Amino acid sequence: MSKTYYDPADLRKFGKITEWSEELGTKFFDYYGKVFEEGALSAREKSLIALAVSHVVKCPYCIDAYTKDGLQKGITKEEMMEAVHAGAAIESGATLVHGVQMMKKYDKLSM
Amino acid sequence: MATKSLLKRNNELANAKRQLDILDGGIFADGELPKFADKIKEIGHFPLRPKKLEILQINVGYMCNQVCEHCHVDAGPDRKEIMTVETMKQCIEVIKKTGAHTLDLTGGAPEMNPNFRWFVEEASKAGIKDFIVRSNLTIIRANKKYYDLPQFFKKHNVHVVSSMPHYTRGKTDKQRGDGVFDKSIKALQELNAVGYGMPDSDLKLDLVYNPSGAFLPGDQMALEKDFKKALMEDFEISFHNLFAITNLPVSRFLDYLIASENYEDYMYALVEAYNPSAVANVMCTNTISISWDGWLYDCDFNQMLGLKVANKIQHISEYNEAILNDRNILISQHCYGCTAGAGSSCQGTVA
Repeated sequence: MSKTYYDPADLRKFGKITEWSEELGTKFFDYYGKVFEEGALSAREKSLIALAVSHVVKCPYCIDAYTKDGLQKGITKEEMMEAVHAGAAIESGATLVHGVQMMKKYDKLSM
Repeated sequence: MATKSLLKRNNELANAKRQLDILDGGIFADGELPKFADKIKEIGHFPLRPKKLEILQINVGYMCNQVCEHCHVDAGPDRKEIMTVETMKQCIEVIKKTGAHTLDLTGGAPEMNPNFRWFVEEASKAGIKDFIVRSNLTIIRANKKYYDLPQFFKKHNVHVVSSMPHYTRGKTDKQRGDGVFDKSIKALQELNAVGYGMPDSDLKLDLVYNPSGAFLPGDQMALEKDFKKALMEDFEISFHNLFAITNLPVSRFLDYLIASENYEDYMYALVEAYNPSAVANVMCTNTISISWDGWLYDCDFNQMLGLKVANKIQHISEYNEAILNDRNILISQHCYGCTAGAGSSCQGTVA
């Protein structure tokens, strides 16, 4: 066992999860592959969405994977950073919008 | 960014044998990753054999005005290996008789060979169907003596294939050197001005895209669309096709992979992207590569790795297409670069 929770080499072993549950693993990877195909959204747009979400869910494997995917698709670093900010804005917005709950509760409890 | 070749720097990777040891060792020697030979055995393609010869690729010298970080030729201003007129004459005799439909001149910067223009004039008389010159674009702007190259190419109906790693300045200059982007844009505009790359023009202008780093090229069609849109919108530049070419772990790109600690991940990526359906059309099955000193190779990469054809005919002076076509193609782990994803060749994807 490695001494850290995350090992970069684990990313390329991702497919191995199918070994312990073939049906679910296969279904997941089929679904995953289908999601990122060219559709109503381009594969390029989906790659940027995936990069933003990777940061929001703070998944180092996903960040490695979608930075590389973006490079392969010719996506520029400016586009990548804007996508990260879009994710960060939603994440901080999600925190801040709870401020309304706090304000309502405050008002309710106050005379 | 380096300004000298590996050879000039006495880097151990200037030695082809050392490169082959690396490609055969490490993760491939201990069985962590399968060797290329084993992968093509699985689909009955071992030994790899040539099909009909279609392309004669001639490297007229390793001298170049640029020192690109990914260059598998280890080309640069300090390389003095240049094809002589005598060897060129032997090539012309072969071009007159060959069954190949495409002649592909490469380098280095082929234009820097002092006899380049004479060679193009003579070769164009042989009536070969598609006559390619691989031009790095900046050479057209490097010195006054090259300014008329677009007209020269046009006069001899040369098909120009040029490198352009990205449609943004930053990425291009990082891979190929400062100022390369602006010079390349100017050169493309000049090629367009004489008719190259225009939508209905017979003067063919194609671009080559190599990833600027340790990653594989994305979908060739999607990249072509992005390049066309950006170059047209920003610079009013037109071109015909984009060839997305995978960087093979040879010479300076191998050095980069090792120095940046990307070698193992990159080899994993190549092996994972192995596409059995690309194997039948890899370029070594329809190409002969000729070096500046007249030796014959299965491909340009094997040339740089010093792997001469496994045949009793090994030199242009004794060239015989029928005998030469009866050979086993030499392979190593760098070959995974040509079978990854949609495959890769000097003409782009193959699968």
